[in-house]
Amino acid sequence: MATAIGRGLERDQPVELQAVGHKPRRLLLNRIFLYALLTLIALFFIVPMIIVLSTSFKLQEEVFTDPGLIPRDPGLENYQQLLSGNAPFFRWFLNSAIVATLGTALTVLLTSLSAYAFARIDFRFKGVLFSLLIATLLLPAVMFLVPQSVLIAQMGLYDQLPAFMLPHLAGVFGVFFMRQFFLGIPVELEEAAYVDGANRLKTFWSVILPLAGPAIATLSVITFLAFWNDYLWPLVVCQQNCTLPPGLRTLQGQFTAEYGLLMAGAVVAAVPVLIVYILAQRWIVQSVTSSGVKG
Amino acid sequence: MTAATSTAGSAGRARRKAVRTDVRRRIGERRITPYLFIAPHLILFAIFILYPFFLGIWISFHRIRGFGTEGPFVGLGTYERLFNRFNFPEFANTLWNTILFVGMSTPLLIVIALFLANLLNQRFRGRSFFRSVYFVPWTLSVAVVGLTWWWMFNGGGPIPQVLNSVFGGTPNWLGSNPWAWITILIATLWWTIGFNTIILLAGMQAIAVDLYEAAAIDGANKWQQFRHITLPALRPVLLLVITLQIIASFQLMGQPQIITGGDPAPNETTPVMLHIFNVGFTGTNPDRSMAAAMALIVAAIMLVVSVVNFRFFSSERS
Repeated sequence: MATAIGRGLERDQPVELQAVGHKPRRLLLNRIFLYALLTLIALFFIVPMIIVLSTSFKLQEEVFTDPGLIPRDPGLENYQQLLSGNAPFFRWFLNSAIVATLGTALTVLLTSLSAYAFARIDFRFKGVLFSLLIATLLLPAVMFLVPQSVLIAQMGLYDQLPAFMLPHLAGVFGVFFMRQFFLGIPVELEEAAYVDGANRLKTFWSVILPLAGPAIATLSVITFLAFWNDYLWPLVVCQQNCTLPPGLRTLQGQFTAEYGLLMAGAVVAAVPVLIVYILAQRWIVQSVTSSGVKG
Repeated sequence: MTAATSTAGSAGRARRKAVRTDVRRRIGERRITPYLFIAPHLILFAIFILYPFFLGIWISFHRIRGFGTEGPFVGLGTYERLFNRFNFPEFANTLWNTILFVGMSTPLLIVIALFLANLLNQRFRGRSFFRSVYFVPWTLSVAVVGLTWWWMFNGGGPIPQVLNSVFGGTPNWLGSNPWAWITILIATLWWTIGFNTIILLAGMQAIAVDLYEAAAIDGANKWQQFRHITLPALRPVLLLVITLQIIASFQLMGQPQIITGGDPAPNETTPVMLHIFNVGFTGTNPDRSMAAAMALIVAAIMLVVSVVNFRFFSSERS
């Protein structure tokens, strides 16, 4: 089924009929109605973000007295308080950045290596192992929450950076995803390198990985988003040394009514992923349509 | 499910038939080579997924409280406690809340996504711009989404302010039902509708244009085209989206935690995931075993729902 989806995305052509027997006047009215509707819906998605951004520039006393979309007296006080205050906000931001970048790099490397073997080399127990990996994809995440957190505590990693990454690095989706891509690369390309005396690792590194650019880009972007946005998992394994999403929850508990400050926190957490979205939108859309992943 | 197809292109797919995916061991290659390739990931997999799978069951058969990792064996004791008259009502209540949310959100998020995808599946300028805009919130963390809508519907926040000045009154969105549920539904819709829309849109674009042309010549209107061409052709994609939606809705946790805090009391908008979190990870003496037991029961329910869902759709097809 996803093949069909992928095909549709590639063509990326709207399938509308040239209005058969429609009069031009009616067509124009249709267009106006269409754009009005599209814009109205777009506002539903955009306006809350603008409100959050606008609130973040208002002082606590201005939040209720100045309800306008454009602040009368915008200021960066909330951001200053966040980044300099006693709340370890800056630490959370740094943690999120480290976890997301390092986690993404490691995920791509680990899953590509494994996927290459599953795609290209014959070995004993290959079928069994691959089925085992895929089977865990079907298991609901909720059943791992308690045991994984107990395991992290057993390892003494509670409230430490590796705790946010390790269970995700063990995730299976990347192996499945990269293997599918490697299967589509002609073996002949590798054989040329092999004839030249390259071993498997060299072939993988200098022939396969460069060819897998689009797949790596797609996997990287969705993995980055997943790490950066992860909420529930870090929430159960951190107390002080958190990442941004559970940190925002802590802030909400600490500064219950300081809306400007809280919205500034939300903006800081949102801006990096929005930048990634603008730059790498193509890969995100592709990953969603080609595999139906839910971040 | 074929990343290769969508990335390498249709030419790649055509080529793939002819491609040998050579998997033989090469001459002179050591037997251990493939295992070295899979080892780094497989070791992590064994420690952080395979072991916790059994550890979860083990924990539910022991009595582990507080922040320890050990406790006495109690057999089915935890499950007995879960089903006693002190603990069961809360579990049943929150499980019911989750089922309620699945029931409310799934039709809403499918029907509206179908509408949006159909709207975007036309030829007009700025199509990909609107598609991008509708998808933006999906890239945000639930923490950001939660804070956004918590503020939007907050007592003195933007929406009550507007309602007050226009109608002279506003419901207590976050503290009374059905408004608290409506708030959670709107936040979820805002956050995830773009995901469903994009998958459905891609599915619609894969439908042959000739079908629509033929139907139009026969005098079928837009609705008839949608009903008799788009929907039937979209069936496999719809199955995928509905299944993913049910699973996602089952996981509801962050939105009520941040937006309503589970209110109105007593726990009227607390889903079972939040209840598991509250029991297993909050307070001075969290009950890990109880949380693990509840999680296993919820996971079993989710598995059954997924299987039934697939069965239902594939049998309806034939």
